[in-house]
Amino acid sequence: MKELRRVSLGILVLFSTLFASTTVLQVFQVDNLRVDPRNVRTLYDSYSTERGSIIVGTTNIAESVPSDDIYTFQRTYVGGGLYAPITGYYSINHGMSGLELAMNDQLSGQSNAQFFDQVLALVTGANPRGASVRLTLNASVQQAARDALGDLTGAAIALNPKTGQILALVSTPSYDPNDVASHDADTAATAYQALIDSSNSPLANRAIASTLYHPGSVFKLVVAAAALDSGAMTTSTAVPNPASLTLPQSTSTIQNSGGGKCGKGDNVTIAESLLRSCNIPFAEIGQIVGENTIRDYAEKFGFGATIEIPMPATPSIYPSGMDDAQLMLSSFGQYDVQVSPLQIAMVTSAIANGGRLMKPTVVDSVLAPDLSPLTTFEPTEYSVPITEGTASTLVQMMINNVQSGVASNAKIPGIAVAGKTGTAENGDGAPYTLWFTGFAPAEDPQVVVTVMVENGGGLGQTGTGNSVAAPIARAIMKAVLSQ
Amino acid sequence: MSAPLSSLDNSTITEQLLLRLKIPTKLRNLEATLILFAMIITSSALALVDLGATGHLNVSIIGLSLGLGAIVLAMHMAQRFVARDADPLILPIVTLLNGLGIAMIHRLDIANGLTGWQSQATRQMVWTAIATVVAIAVIVTVRNHRVLQRYRYVWMAIGIVLLVMPLIPFIGVTINGARLWVNLGVVTFQPGEIGKIALALFFAGYLVTARDSLSMVGKKFLGVRWPQLKDLGPIFVVWMVAMMVLIFQRDMGTSLLYFGLFLVLMYVATGRAIWFIVGGGLFGTGALIASRFLTYVEGRFAAWLDSFNPVVYEAIGGSYQLVQGMFGFASGGIIGTGLGAGHPNIVPLAESDYIVASLGEELGLVGIFAILSLYLLFISRGMRIGINGADDFGRLLAVGLTFVIALQVFIVIGGVTRVIPVTGLTTPFLAAGGSSLVANWIIVALLLRLSDTVRHQREGGVAS
Repeated sequence: MKELRRVSLGILVLFSTLFASTTVLQVFQVDNLRVDPRNVRTLYDSYSTERGSIIVGTTNIAESVPSDDIYTFQRTYVGGGLYAPITGYYSINHGMSGLELAMNDQLSGQSNAQFFDQVLALVTGANPRGASVRLTLNASVQQAARDALGDLTGAAIALNPKTGQILALVSTPSYDPNDVASHDADTAATAYQALIDSSNSPLANRAIASTLYHPGSVFKLVVAAAALDSGAMTTSTAVPNPASLTLPQSTSTIQNSGGGKCGKGDNVTIAESLLRSCNIPFAEIGQIVGENTIRDYAEKFGFGATIEIPMPATPSIYPSGMDDAQLMLSSFGQYDVQVSPLQIAMVTSAIANGGRLMKPTVVDSVLAPDLSPLTTFEPTEYSVPITEGTASTLVQMMINNVQSGVASNAKIPGIAVAGKTGTAENGDGAPYTLWFTGFAPAEDPQVVVTVMVENGGGLGQTGTGNSVAAPIARAIMKAVLSQ
Repeated sequence: MSAPLSSLDNSTITEQLLLRLKIPTKLRNLEATLILFAMIITSSALALVDLGATGHLNVSIIGLSLGLGAIVLAMHMAQRFVARDADPLILPIVTLLNGLGIAMIHRLDIANGLTGWQSQATRQMVWTAIATVVAIAVIVTVRNHRVLQRYRYVWMAIGIVLLVMPLIPFIGVTINGARLWVNLGVVTFQPGEIGKIALALFFAGYLVTARDSLSMVGKKFLGVRWPQLKDLGPIFVVWMVAMMVLIFQRDMGTSLLYFGLFLVLMYVATGRAIWFIVGGGLFGTGALIASRFLTYVEGRFAAWLDSFNPVVYEAIGGSYQLVQGMFGFASGGIIGTGLGAGHPNIVPLAESDYIVASLGEELGLVGIFAILSLYLLFISRGMRIGINGADDFGRLLAVGLTFVIALQVFIVIGGVTRVIPVTGLTTPFLAAGGSSLVANWIIVALLLRLSDTVRHQREGGVAS
């Protein structure tokens, strides 16, 4: 029967397409379909593996404990909001953030280093377990930084300039990740919505991401570094010292903070300008050095790059194509210069470490479920933006700043502290952004601390970096040095 | 007269009896052994489901295993009496498919927390029992399939009544947008499933008598010989019926199934491939027009072509179910998550329309290939019965019944794997659903009867 054979052949063709279509779905399209955000199975699967812990010292600040529901494990966090800016949250309906997101491959056991374990778990039928992540954070420094910021809105970072290891990272106000991680959909949704709706953005990690800030006078460190290191100026080069300067092609004038000239002379050096944190001389210095040179240095310090600690930080901005007036304003940290506190900590860290900028990180090591190390992070150099000579010149200037200048509130008896304050304007009538960045001991830096306080520290336009931010930084430095 | 037959005639009555018992017993014993294999696989699957999903064994799986075993054994015993020469592979294949279906439905019961009479697996077991009783009744009462040919117009009437039933007010029910169900107070069922058998019987019976005129060659045009205009009547009538199903019952799958069945039988009866061109053109035109004017058809096409578009995904009757089913397949990968270890219950209707996606998730590509191979084996046995068929009616009927199963498997699995738009048919033997089980088990009974006749005639000497 010719017809029957042809019908059989036709059926075979139909079935061949089924063999092909199922193969496409179950072999070739698997990766595409698994990463689709609408695929909740991926989430369920990640819950059924025992996710690794996040460890500070000997404490699990985030861990998975068995639960009786379909998710098998409940993620819990200790310390309420203390570590939330670092850990982030791991939630069923609201995704994940922070380190939970940045180290998800390791925590969930999906990283390449754990491939053999995965295969073994598949064969033995054992539940796969994720790796744990040990942090570089120091619990008492973290607590001290959190306490020092108190009810203020802002951020603080403490790091070791010789290794780049972050000792404390605080962003206020914070939130309790346990609420968002709740397996009860309503509880989690209510908590999450409240955090989203809150006017002071508790979910934002102000230390590294979210919005950027005007650096104000702390940016003078970058301009001074560029001026000295490029050879455009020396420590003895002096610039005119008027009490008021009209910007080019403009009727606007700029003043030094507090008004008047910068010291007594008709001309003023970089050292004196930095000591008194004068705006007019830095506007002139910026014009002498030029936008391109300043940008070169800014980028070597990390501007424009996404720094991953491993949570990605928002790249800081040094504007391009500025006219003379804009260049002058930007040279004391106004106009469109915008930074993250991490970026200022990196600039300070390079100065403190003899010109070598170490890559900042919060991860010390990744540990297998039996706590044997899978990977240990070695200190890595990010760049060498300035020479050792330039660095030591700047260190001396920063010591003077604290000893006899505008950063006096960072003084610690018996210890040489180096620092720089900033009081950045945000437009007419708007509260200032208050900064302090510095390190101690100046001759052998153990810790770099950068503090940023938003909203004028609640003092409108009367608070300054020295009055609000410097004491916070001092408390954090003392916490490190008393260890 | 061939040699073995003459020797049979010359032997003693005792020898004849021994021989008659010996040859058929071989087939039936093979069948019994294969059924035992199918039951071992089914029981293991049920046990793995329990262990995978709950971590311990539940007594209900003993009931499900023994229940299916007893039902199939009854069918097997019936054949030992009335169809001793029937094909030995068909029943074991169907047992395994039915058993795997019950195992997966039981797995979804666990996920959905259904127990007792709420349990879909228990219901499926009861329906399997009912279906088998009907199948035994068919194989016992229909001793000679040629009788069926005589009633071809009765089958036509029954087929039309069954088709129209869901449209009758009060008893017709619309479920998931398709008006395919009938509620008789006690049970809700899909008459269209039984209707496909009535139509296969009618088509086969009608085409045997009408094929001579349908084979007549008409004028040559565009290099092919077209049928004569007056012979276009039947295909036009069936096309109209298919279009009515599409428009009024809102079911593309059934419409395609009926029309495809008719086309294939017409081709087999007349040997003229031109009917595929005529029929394909008619159906294609109808479907194209329908996709423009019927919103449900349009929606199905959009869900098929643009499944991952968020708008289509979110739309009511959109691609949500299809996409979730594909996620299920993907999560299974090559070797599957293991029975009881996946999340097949995420997909709506995971136990009926999307049971293949559920099986794909937990048994993987390997399991799907095994299931597709089982269907292919079943189809190859069916086609063999057709090829070896002694009379034209039996041949056409075997091909028709087999093709209905093949096309239905293609339409359903092709739908959930995005080869064609999704339609509302069920996967034969696997999917939860009483009407479908009863209908497909009747097909099994008819194929077994036809295969018994084929062998019987060869050995009994009444071959034409």
